[in-house]
Amino acid sequence: MTEAPAAPADAPAPAFTTRRAPGCPFDPPPVTQELREQAPVTRVSLWNGSVAWLVTRHEEQVALLRDPRISADSQHPGYPSVSASFEATRAHNRTFLTMDEPEHNAQRRRFTGDFTIKRTQALRPRIERIITDLLDAMEQAGPPADLVTAFALPLPSLVICELLGVPYEDHDFFQRCSAVMIDTRSTPEAALAASQELLAYLEELVAAKAERPGDDLLSRLATRYLLTGESTVDECAKQARLLLVAGHETTANMIALGTCALLQHPDQLAAVRDGDPRRVAGAVEELLRYLTITHMGRRRVAVADIEVGGQLIRAGEAVICAGDLANRDPEVFADPDRLDVDRAARAHLAFGSGPHQCLGQNLARIELQLAYPALLRRFPGLRTDRPLEELPFRTDMAVYGLHELPVSW
Amino acid sequence: MRITIDEDKCCGAGQCVLAAPEVFDQRDEDGIVVLLDAEPPAREHAAVTEAAQICPAAAITLA
Repeated sequence: MTEAPAAPADAPAPAFTTRRAPGCPFDPPPVTQELREQAPVTRVSLWNGSVAWLVTRHEEQVALLRDPRISADSQHPGYPSVSASFEATRAHNRTFLTMDEPEHNAQRRRFTGDFTIKRTQALRPRIERIITDLLDAMEQAGPPADLVTAFALPLPSLVICELLGVPYEDHDFFQRCSAVMIDTRSTPEAALAASQELLAYLEELVAAKAERPGDDLLSRLATRYLLTGESTVDECAKQARLLLVAGHETTANMIALGTCALLQHPDQLAAVRDGDPRRVAGAVEELLRYLTITHMGRRRVAVADIEVGGQLIRAGEAVICAGDLANRDPEVFADPDRLDVDRAARAHLAFGSGPHQCLGQNLARIELQLAYPALLRRFPGLRTDRPLEELPFRTDMAVYGLHELPVSW
Repeated sequence: MRITIDEDKCCGAGQCVLAAPEVFDQRDEDGIVVLLDAEPPAREHAAVTEAAQICPAAAITLA
């Protein structure tokens, strides 16, 4: 190590945590921020007593996430699961998210055509319609409202359901399963049961699509890969489950948490409310950087010895690339703890980096670019009456955000 | 400036199209990068450099 004196090898590693400082719900935990100040790569201990390398800075994370000597395979014995509940389901969750090349790209390319810039831009009018309908209903019901259930969650859920061809009427069921799956406090039994219940539902749905295909992603998956025998119904359903869960949890939390952050920064809020689409697009990148809701970090295993940031990571050792810390790296973002919607923030790692970078990122961008200004223009007096310290932040969920956001206008 | 792309590495994230839409496009069926102009004019150089930097898969090489 070059920058700080190396800790003795037998010194206990500090515990990895997502626990933030009281009153600072938008900033990474003080413990991990301190680790970033010490070195680009440091040791942390995990919930099960194992030790991982925590990669804290932007440059080293980009290098590692692009490096073929780093594996995303969750079946690897050294893989650092985020909790006992994730550990319980990892054998049942094999998708392209946790595969390495060349298998990863071969599987991912089945879906990339549905998430191109062109295809996602074409969804704009439909997304605008959904937003208008949700805001109409929220306005008619009158204040107060919970922004999560009235707007933040139904918007991306409706969009991903339409895209996949999943009946939205079933949203209570799959949102419940999804919430249990990504809650790090779930018991292993509950996580496994939720995961399997959702899988069974999607197996049935994919099989039905193979019989009577419609114009949706799951129908295309069923006709191209299930009917041709290239994939089993189990594989198709696992991929469907990944897209369904990832498609709504993430964007929903960005909408609610982003709105909450803007309400704390009235000048920034005004810029998003009144900005032209180009300025709003930049503001969305900044909110993605500033909030980094994937606060558990990208989980990897070294499959060869790698030297990075002055540290040798040995084959078989666990690696966590903490995107929330990289996105506050002062080497890349000046005055990083300040929310500044006019800064150039596109180099952020909120969607990760490397070949696994978020498949749905362009869809998420469009939803956010449309959702924030529409909400703020409809309700110029939007406010939350509860103090920030009393809001229920999602500290223990794999995706950070708010369980609820009570608002009035 | 001369651009080369590695289709095998490309993961279809589309970041190059966002950064430099005059120079990069995506194939409809699988989102793989399509190079519209391998030797773009000087006014595109800053955007192309950004595209190469933010490409998650490092599939764009500049010479």
